[in-house]
Amino acid sequence: MATEAKPAAPTEDPVKLAEFEARCDRGETIEPKDWMPEKYRRQLTRMMSQHAHSEVVGMLPEGNWITRAPNLRRKMCLIAKVQDEGGHGLYIYCGTETLGTDRAELIDQYLYGTAKYSSIFNYPTLTWADIGVIGWLVDGAAIVNQTMLAHASYGPYARAMIRICKEENFHKRQGYELCATLARGTPAQKAMVQDAVNRWWWPSLMMFGPHDTNSPHSADLLRWKVKQKSNDDLRQRFVNLTVPQAQAIGLTLPDPDLKLDQATGDWKFGEIDWSEFNAVIAGNGPMNRERIAARRKAHEEGAWVREAAAAYAAKHQPAAGQAA
Amino acid sequence: MSTPLFEYLLRLGDDRLILGHRNAEWCGHGPILEEDIAVANVALDQTGEAQLLLNLAGQIEGQGRDADQLAYWRDETQFRNLQMLELPRGDFGFTMVRQFLFSAHAHFVLEHLASCPHDDLAGIAAKALKENRYHLRHSSEWVVRLGDGTDESHRRIQAALDELWPWTVELFYEDAVDAALKAEQIAPDQAAIKPKWEAMVTEVLTRATVQPPKGPMRMVGGRKGRHTEHLGHLLAEMQIVARSHPGASW
Ligand SMILES: [Fe+2]
Ligand SMILES: [Fe+2]
Repeated sequence: MATEAKPAAPTEDPVKLAEFEARCDRGETIEPKDWMPEKYRRQLTRMMSQHAHSEVVGMLPEGNWITRAPNLRRKMCLIAKVQDEGGHGLYIYCGTETLGTDRAELIDQYLYGTAKYSSIFNYPTLTWADIGVIGWLVDGAAIVNQTMLAHASYGPYARAMIRICKEENFHKRQGYELCATLARGTPAQKAMVQDAVNRWWWPSLMMFGPHDTNSPHSADLLRWKVKQKSNDDLRQRFVNLTVPQAQAIGLTLPDPDLKLDQATGDWKFGEIDWSEFNAVIAGNGPMNRERIAARRKAHEEGAWVREAAAAYAAKHQPAAGQAA
Repeated sequence: MSTPLFEYLLRLGDDRLILGHRNAEWCGHGPILEEDIAVANVALDQTGEAQLLLNLAGQIEGQGRDADQLAYWRDETQFRNLQMLELPRGDFGFTMVRQFLFSAHAHFVLEHLASCPHDDLAGIAAKALKENRYHLRHSSEWVVRLGDGTDESHRRIQAALDELWPWTVELFYEDAVDAALKAEQIAPDQAAIKPKWEAMVTEVLTRATVQPPKGPMRMVGGRKGRHTEHLGHLLAEMQIVARSHPGASW
């Protein structure tokens, strides 16, 4: 995240800035036409577009199993899920555009620039069980984060989160049910789902980002009520929710330090391997290159389609209703 | 022991299973996000239709096989889909031209089946007819837009049409299975559908400024289980997980 280009901080009108911050404090919603400090606009554009890219890149690891889904019901559920993620991407791109940067430029920033997407999607999906575990853990972690963002100060983002959370909840339930089915299945199925949990558990915890003390953008985002809770608080909430779910279906989580703190009711967990997190963020995770390569390929191979649609629309201006 | 109706339902079901599979391959790889979503929608409809048709086939057969068993545990020579539908997805233009040629034909077939005397089949056909209207509109709009877009898109749509056209002969294939079901007013008469299909296709291709090639048609055999080399690979991928775990539930 530190690699992002940082234009000099603009000097804001102090009166307007104070008024804006007072609005945030009162819990008011900021709308696209309202005055906002440039830094707020930039931070939100970064955060929302990163979220949109994540939805789209997230289509790849799960899409990897559509053609191998083991029955027709699961195949349809998976197609529908991946399709939902595309819809989330589209919806959040539209929300981001209200801040003044258009989708084509945002997409350019992650395909060819330094914009990020969630590190979780840089891990490979190796077995069918990964589809269940992603729904359960990855969508589950996303829900914890997005439930908070549904109260974000920026109206279009908050509204997108409310709508998206409903679908993420459905994905999570479906993923958990898939895991439960495998966990009570044949020995091979049970081994497959346990192995998938072992691989996805720590990367899921990393989804909440660095410790708050190391999170470069956290202070601003908290002050402006974009975020309402810290990374560590959200991570703890996710662990507390997930441990009993794992127990209920007879799966273990790969952390010998996991134990219930009777005083707080929190499940204490071991230290995250931040060197792994940093390596993935820096572009050196197991699948970073493949994910970006696949997205670039789709984008570049689709260029002729987009150009043709534009050319056709231009030719048939009067009958504008026919265009895409 | 297979009855004409069982065979006929396999043909209808396999068409949708295999084309839906090919369309689903676009998920995450489309030219614009809107199309990832739209093509996935089509794939979902088709897979759902396949499930209904194959379940009905299993019921008619009466040996306890359901759609999953038929989809995942038959070998390639037991599949009855049109060969055109198993060809690799190609570029986006190829996918749209194929969808259009198929959906235009499916429209007339489903229209007939939706009012046939077999209630279960008629019900599925009515649902599929509605879904197919969207597939037909979506694909024909893209064929026109791309055919009449840029020089490159025009060239690609013409190339896709040149490649696909010779396979379309199979859309109108009929044998004893059709004859038996025509006698019961279930299956439509392909000879009657052909001019309607041609009129619909010509109208769209004219707007798209492309033309069907003049050359000979292909030798085809999908309805009898004679396929291209592509189907085996498609099924190897589709069936791998299910067949690696016999008896497992998912
Ligand atoms: Fe999502
Ligand atoms: Fe999701």
